[in-house]
Amino acid sequence: MLPMNYSRQICTFILNGRLFGLDVDCVLEVIRSLPITIVPLAPDAVCGLINLRGQIVTAIDLRRRLELPVSGDGTSLPKMNIIIKTAEGPLCFPIDDVGDVMEVSIQSLEPVPETMTGVARKMIDSVCKLPTQLLLVLKSEFTILAGA
Amino acid sequence: MTDPLNEFFVESLENLDQYDADLLILEKTPNSPRTIASVFRTLHTIKGTCGFLALHKLEAIAHAGENLLVLIRDGTLPFTQGIATALLATGDAIRAIISELEANKREGDFDHSELIGTLVRLQNPESAPSAPSAPSAPSAPSAPSAPSAPSAPVHEAELPVTSKALDNTVRINVEVLDTLMNLVGELVLTRNQLVQLASTVQSGPLPAAAHRLSHITTELQDRMMKTRVQPIDTLWSKLPRTIRDLAHLCKKQVRLQTEGADTEMDRTIVDAIKDPMTHLLRNSVDHGIESPEVRKAAGKNPEGTILLRAFHAAGLVTIEIIDDGGGINVDRVKGRAIERKLITQETADKMHHKDLVNLIFLPGFSTAEAVSMVSGRGVGMDVVKTQIEKIGGIVDVNSEVGKGTTCRIKIPLTLAIIPVVIVGCCGERFAIPQTNLLEVIRLDQNLIIESVHETPVVRLRGSLLPVVVLQKVLKLQGERSTVRHLAVLHVGARHFGLVVDSIHEAEEIVVKPIGRALMSLSCFAGSTILGDGHVALILDIFGIGSLSNLFDVDHMPGLAHAEVERMEDSPESKTLTELLVFRVGGTRAALPLEMVHRLEEFPAKDVECCAGKEVIQYAGGILPLISVARALGLPETAADANIIQTIIYRHQENSIGLIIEGVEVIVKEAVELQTAGRRSGVLGSAIVGRRVTEFVDVSEIVRIYAPEFMQCSR
Repeated sequence: MLPMNYSRQICTFILNGRLFGLDVDCVLEVIRSLPITIVPLAPDAVCGLINLRGQIVTAIDLRRRLELPVSGDGTSLPKMNIIIKTAEGPLCFPIDDVGDVMEVSIQSLEPVPETMTGVARKMIDSVCKLPTQLLLVLKSEFTILAGA
Repeated sequence: MTDPLNEFFVESLENLDQYDADLLILEKTPNSPRTIASVFRTLHTIKGTCGFLALHKLEAIAHAGENLLVLIRDGTLPFTQGIATALLATGDAIRAIISELEANKREGDFDHSELIGTLVRLQNPESAPSAPSAPSAPSAPSAPSAPSAPSAPVHEAELPVTSKALDNTVRINVEVLDTLMNLVGELVLTRNQLVQLASTVQSGPLPAAAHRLSHITTELQDRMMKTRVQPIDTLWSKLPRTIRDLAHLCKKQVRLQTEGADTEMDRTIVDAIKDPMTHLLRNSVDHGIESPEVRKAAGKNPEGTILLRAFHAAGLVTIEIIDDGGGINVDRVKGRAIERKLITQETADKMHHKDLVNLIFLPGFSTAEAVSMVSGRGVGMDVVKTQIEKIGGIVDVNSEVGKGTTCRIKIPLTLAIIPVVIVGCCGERFAIPQTNLLEVIRLDQNLIIESVHETPVVRLRGSLLPVVVLQKVLKLQGERSTVRHLAVLHVGARHFGLVVDSIHEAEEIVVKPIGRALMSLSCFAGSTILGDGHVALILDIFGIGSLSNLFDVDHMPGLAHAEVERMEDSPESKTLTELLVFRVGGTRAALPLEMVHRLEEFPAKDVECCAGKEVIQYAGGILPLISVARALGLPETAADANIIQTIIYRHQENSIGLIIEGVEVIVKEAVELQTAGRRSGVLGSAIVGRRVTEFVDVSEIVRIYAPEFMQCSR
């Protein structure tokens, strides 16, 4: 039985004007954009590879994974990167901006509505009811985020 | 690392390898007290540790084996083949339990009562001979009896013998080594950047410091590489056991010899060659070495020998697997390949002995009449070849009937750091492994890309080379430069050209795995970080070729599909045909290459006359000559009046010379024969190399102009 005051720390970020979050435990760091190497023939959601201090990290375009609209010709990427750790090694997501780390109580989290369809349903762990808006907390499994 | 259970697993598995090896020695020299002691020690240690760790199943097995060994050590029981088999099975059972423990932290539901029963029964030599087959299962409780007590002191007394080498070695987890290797790789890159920076500074202490750093880094990298090497013996030491079991299964006698077991290579390479090596060895035992009766009849030692030899040469490791078995029957290989439609009879007749032997590497080839239990499980030699080529190696076979077979594998020393050439294409940079690269040529007016039915090719030194355009294969967008280069690549024996924009520098790069999200992309072998910090992808040449259908079976060189009959029957037939294109009477004409026996030049003055026909002395006989130009009603022209060019056409035992003006080129092309120009001596015409070419009907010409040639052949 979980204690009533059990809470989760969520690192929030903004992508396409929406507020997303990831458990702070799986976030390694947030960095400014790095040069990216395009991988020909790769799945749509893979933006390319970046050099994170000698480690080669695959960058995944969350907008495409979440089926969000991609502005422009689709080649320009958001300016920040959030690096997360998964069981299969780190992953990088370009994001528009990074938000605060919030401590949210377990009561304020709810499962995704049954009426929601699409890929995003599999990727979103829970919805957090913030006073002003909704925070979508993503799952942190590699297979789900990278679509591999 | 500190988990006592884990330590026990690692140690036990290692000891068990030694245990197997020792038992095999005992089979040959049963009276070696040292070896018996060593075998005994292994089981005893396992038993002892199991007691501590409360692994009762394991303990019972080890104990039963130990009891048997006590009797052997004390000389009350002779060491027999049956005992060896039972003890080897004991080792296998222990391994099985350990792997179960590693995976599930449980001893598993194995039932070892029969094995233990056998071990107990073997202790009584009177009842032993029929032992292993008896189904009854006297259970474990009968085993833990007296003899275990006196064993302990012996064990302690002998323990120090093994640990001589242990004092100055440390066991390090491979992961730690890999991390260190990665860091060294990074250091190398940073060094490269710094050295570049320092070169812009003329004075001060920076250049000197950069130089020193450079030296140290190189040295460090060198030493680091050494920590990753393993002697090939780590692989070979497990083989005697495999061979023994195989030989028993095939009822053959095989002795395994090794040479150069201390040859070192990268751990990853040792891993990568494990499967192909085992496969080749299996083949040697199963198909190579004959049964003892056959060997005796052939005047050979009934015991066959397989020699494994490894050595370094020219920056590569060469491994040879040499057996003194029956060798490969080339005629059977040939017959099989033709039967399986892998080659045509005509091609086969023209192939050299060595090429014929190497046909066994073609996919879909297997000479084994019956699928045996040992080999022929649907994994052919083509898989061996693919596996070896994947790590940049090559494999070939030499064989002499009755004498034996030699299989030679050549592989690079390491996969972690490889020499590459960086190429550019549409603004991106890619690395091409130098093991695949033959040469780089600039594409200009001297070397242009032509097309065969929309498929690009270039003429390189007289032969056609298929061309793959990197930009197209990778669907790259972006500007491509006006100047382009052709990288001539090979995978095994197959060559092709890759069109890229620019060629940058040659570099030694540290190979990094490509992320899991991208694993499915066959065209990349990995990634690396270049000197400027950018990530570059390493091209997998085999993958690139495969994406362009280069390695489809029906496109393989040596597998010409030229069948004259087929071409005549169906003019629209579109299979690739090897053609000899030549000039005759000012026209371009062609013949399927298979109909050409040889090309010969003769001095014009040597032509003699016999019965009103032109003949020439050739190969100790009289060769009738026919002028193709005359036969086709074309003007007789010759490039050089003093020399006549001929195509030698052979029909069964007879040859005839067809006089032509000169040979143009040999091409491989899909021919669409049209009947437009059809007349006597001409089958029709087709477009070959973008030009209209007439196809000569040799049999008709010969029938008309040298009827006696066809007659005497019948």
